[in-house]
Amino acid sequence: MLFYRSVMYRYDSFDQRLVDERVAQYRDQTRRYLAGDLTEDDFRPLRLQNGLYIQKYAPMLRISIPYGLLSTLQLRTLARIGRKYDRSYGHFTTRQNIQFNWPKLEDVPDILAELAAVEMHAIQTSGNCIRNITSDHFAGVAGDEVADPRPYSELVRQWAALHPEFAYLPRKFKIAITAATTDRTALLVHDIGLQIVRNDAGEIGFRVIVGGGMGRTPIIGHVIREFLPRAEILNYLDAILRVYNRYGRRDNKYKARVKILVKDRTPEVFARDVEEEWSHQRGGPATVPDEEIERLAAHFPAPSYDVLAGDDPTYKSELADNRAFSNWAKRNVHSHKVAGYAIVTLSLKKTGVPPGDVTSDQMDAIADLADHYSFGELRVSHEQNLIFADVRQADLFALWTELKALGVATPNIGLLTNIVCCPGGDFCSLANAKSIPIAEAIQRRFDDLDYLHDIGELDLNISGCMNACGHHHVGHIGILGVDKNGAEWYQVSIGGSQGNDAALGKVIGPSFAAHQMPDVISRLIDTYIDNRHEDEAFVDTVHRIGIEPFKERVYAAAAH
Amino acid sequence: MPQQLIKDRTVVDDRWTLLRDVTSEPIPPGPIIVSLPVWKARRDELAARGDVGVWLAAADDPAELAADTATLPLIAVDFPQFTDGRGYSIGRLLRERYGFAGELRAIGDVQRDQLYYLAQCGFNAFAIRADHSAGDALAGLAAFSDGYQLTNARTPWFRRRAEPGATDVR
Repeated sequence: MLFYRSVMYRYDSFDQRLVDERVAQYRDQTRRYLAGDLTEDDFRPLRLQNGLYIQKYAPMLRISIPYGLLSTLQLRTLARIGRKYDRSYGHFTTRQNIQFNWPKLEDVPDILAELAAVEMHAIQTSGNCIRNITSDHFAGVAGDEVADPRPYSELVRQWAALHPEFAYLPRKFKIAITAATTDRTALLVHDIGLQIVRNDAGEIGFRVIVGGGMGRTPIIGHVIREFLPRAEILNYLDAILRVYNRYGRRDNKYKARVKILVKDRTPEVFARDVEEEWSHQRGGPATVPDEEIERLAAHFPAPSYDVLAGDDPTYKSELADNRAFSNWAKRNVHSHKVAGYAIVTLSLKKTGVPPGDVTSDQMDAIADLADHYSFGELRVSHEQNLIFADVRQADLFALWTELKALGVATPNIGLLTNIVCCPGGDFCSLANAKSIPIAEAIQRRFDDLDYLHDIGELDLNISGCMNACGHHHVGHIGILGVDKNGAEWYQVSIGGSQGNDAALGKVIGPSFAAHQMPDVISRLIDTYIDNRHEDEAFVDTVHRIGIEPFKERVYAAAAH
Repeated sequence: MPQQLIKDRTVVDDRWTLLRDVTSEPIPPGPIIVSLPVWKARRDELAARGDVGVWLAAADDPAELAADTATLPLIAVDFPQFTDGRGYSIGRLLRERYGFAGELRAIGDVQRDQLYYLAQCGFNAFAIRADHSAGDALAGLAAFSDGYQLTNARTPWFRRRAEPGATDVR
């Protein structure tokens, strides 16, 4: 095993003690529940805030991966936990977390203790509280950043962790942070989106977006402050959360998210309430000194890059010589801000494998590769793939060969078969319908790589219910599982998008049976192919010609 | 069984009577906690007694007691279910914005596993739900040794971490 200087946040004794105390607290809560001293109703919110759901067939444990960053030591620990307590695999989620689907309730305190030993936890991964902070999976290596978002993500993570005032909110609360000009975090569909910006004076601050969300009532977030000085971020977050905690609806869980409060009060009034609350806290003890931001930033040094002249000539010739390699590079390799380096996405979207699933053996092998090729660190993307952020171009061919052997080199990032998908009715007790078999049927239909590349950029998202864990509202094509008289049906929307120009998809019409879905997708694609302008992506064609032509084609055929 | 009370980290007998009724006509003598509507309707009469506290419902605005925090001996905040977290913000507002220094008591669905957070939000008395033991619940106050955030009980950790002996940071 290779050892590198750490390039991610490391706990000090203070951080470690809090996580250890949390494990001890939960161990005692579990003991009291099993002894009958805590009722099911009293225990449920406690176990949820420690990541434990009771699912359809077994408990499900969701483990936090703060802003998607993982060390190889942590990944190997997840592999071991998968083997020891589960069925030797895990599922990466759209909040950059990992879930195990089969742990025993009695084992969870031990699992949490093993996680704590490698600076991990499951705190606030479920329940009506502030959830895992998500961020850009290309943080620190993308060329389009105003600043490195990771120190700010860590600052906000610490603020959110075990916050005494906000543990029992009206509903779950999700925060995303980005510093890039191209949004890769779905910022506009979060309870709070924080965009790191610079003002005219060159000072760093946040553009604050509130009240976005998916679920039953999808809404694009509203900017409530164009520039918040970075030192004020925790005061301002406290103000937003206090307004929400006091006034968010608690009588109806479908109207309890902050987006409903923002909508009911209007964004202007909500912003005024927040500013009023902030005026009492502004400049107070929670104002963040520059030294603290510098201290956190020191946890994220640039890895010890080789000094390279520019694009690697061997890589260029390998691209020219090997079509399979160049197809992969075209989709799964992104440009890096350092000369001679590249960002690699490992596709967890191989046909026949549930999107986001990785076996324990794959985790170990991926950890070995990350040690060898990418400074012992990796990231989880909200599209449920893994990222090696710092690979030398000269190593790409060798890495590709190894990733192929592991089954994580499907060249489909950004393409139709890179399906984002929740666990659905196969696992989740909330789901109306299965989602994984639909993903697989669509992947099988579009198994011709040339055709897939010709179709080009296309985000396809599947959620098994209104909770929208598969982010179907922002898929270029979104599929939502619905229940009709006890049968599983699928509603299709098109024209959604994530990113800077986030939009919500429009439903094309009545829902379909599972077996119709590959044909429905084919007809949507055919309509696009017939109507597209040169170099026009699917979603742009939808926005230009509207949903009618798509609708006509799909339902005309369905009538036969 | 009498209500079990934790006050200032000790299990004590509760000498206060809680009047849940929001419209009560005759108000008995002795230390008594009345609802905000009753307090507002009869403030002058009740304030003169000196042994009357007020309880706030989760939806009540603590600003309504802003003029009384200097003289009220006790304010209670109701938690209709422990998962209703409005009272945590009410506690902090009473302590930090309205300057209340008397007994701040959590009532309703108050259990061991919420005590640490409640104490961080300014509560110093806890009427433990009747089916639980207050003695056992005391342990809940010590669930954590510290935390990151600014609360009613501490400054943010980043303000203290540089102090001598703050931690053996590795």
